Amino acid sequence: MKPARFDYVRPDSVDQALDLLARYGGDAKIIAGGQSLMPMMNFRLVKPAVLVDINRIPGLEVIEDQGERVRMGALARHRMTATDSMIASRIPVLHDAMHHVAHMTVRNRGTFCGSVCHADPAAEIPMIVLMLDGQVEVASASRRRVLPAAEFLVGSLVTALEADEMVTGITIGMSDPQSGWAFEEFSRRHGDFALAAVAVTLGVDADGAIRNPRIGMTGVGETAMRMRGVEALIDGCHPDEDMLGEVSEWLNDNLVPNTDIHAGADYRRHLSGVLAGRAIRAAYARARTLRGKQDE
Amino acid sequence: MSEHTDDLVAVTVTVNGMTHSRRIEPRMLLSDFLRHGLGLTGTHVGCEHGVCGACTISVGGRSARSCLMLAVMAEGLEIETIEGQGTPEALSRIQKAFQDHHGLQCGFCTPGMVMAIADLLAHHPLETDDQIREGLSGNLCRCTGYINIIAAVRELARERGPLT
Repeated sequence: MKPARFDYVRPDSVDQALDLLARYGGDAKIIAGGQSLMPMMNFRLVKPAVLVDINRIPGLEVIEDQGERVRMGALARHRMTATDSMIASRIPVLHDAMHHVAHMTVRNRGTFCGSVCHADPAAEIPMIVLMLDGQVEVASASRRRVLPAAEFLVGSLVTALEADEMVTGITIGMSDPQSGWAFEEFSRRHGDFALAAVAVTLGVDADGAIRNPRIGMTGVGETAMRMRGVEALIDGCHPDEDMLGEVSEWLNDNLVPNTDIHAGADYRRHLSGVLAGRAIRAAYARARTLRGKQDE
Repeated sequence: MSEHTDDLVAVTVTVNGMTHSRRIEPRMLLSDFLRHGLGLTGTHVGCEHGVCGACTISVGGRSARSCLMLAVMAEGLEIETIEGQGTPEALSRIQKAFQDHHGLQCGFCTPGMVMAIADLLAHHPLETDDQIREGLSGNLCRCTGYINIIAAVRELARERGPLT
């Protein structure tokens, strides 16, 4: 047997799940897709006394169009997010990012909310959630709260979730239909964790200057990050060689990536500059095209 | 709500059309349940943490890694394994394509490859080699260099035609 011994519970409702968490607290662990938790249990890095399987709770396997925002329920699978036509048209940067999230077989079971709860520092979904003003719906038996993604994601594999709480859903903002977008990632094998990845959305004004840029990065720090420093650097600028050089320099000065068996910190810093340059150029070209169509 | 605090729990699953009931420990992986509980040793166990794809099966019509599911999580579900594909005398279409294109050498990864390809053929476009490669990126083969596997899938996709 690979995992350590545990008791298994399959609640029929969120309230039942929350009662179990209230009773067992830190001894209990929620399992949804299990694509990150099961490997950790197989390695016995995680040894919950009680495993709470939420897969049969009705109403959680949903993606909801809320107008200005989209809501992923606790059981929205990666495959659903990757193939959702509303997300493809309204949040194309998320649609593109989903192509890099794991492999087909893992996407069939893994969940959007599970990826954010796992908080892997090289995962794509936490980056998009940070970048698009994600709000994390958190519930316990005694209270409900909504946390901005930046408060929820604390560090590498660490979140603000208390032992008696579960995530019931996450909302993110729809993109401005006039904004351009791009997603660039480098990994050893398609679908593996990113050595570095960059997501960009931005608009252009009548003079062709960048407006309201949003930039997310993953794989190059303790958590996924929204790069407000780079956003400030490029806001109002034209993406020429000088500007992209400054972006590379800024990343080189400010990023503190890990060194592991896959890549060193210097290489990750270098990749960040290259990928950021490509993504900003591609997003800018799309925004110009969209703006051109609007002006016609 | 079902709550199990005993050592053993009852689980009933349908595998390749046959329903099986067993009492098992909750921590038993679905891969181990298939192999040790049901004697279906066609499902191979490689890395046991979701990287190699050798243990790929079908759960409810979609591919899944059986080392990343507990057998209790499969309660009431329909599972297909490599044993449901074909027999040495009557290979399935996917198995035949592997034979025709020499898509295997040692054969360790093959059951997982075949089950992943069944999902790809049922649900994915596969119009280009890039799409085929991306579709198979979660399955490791250490013998073939993938070229012959891709040739087999290319032929299967051509036979199938565009997804409707």
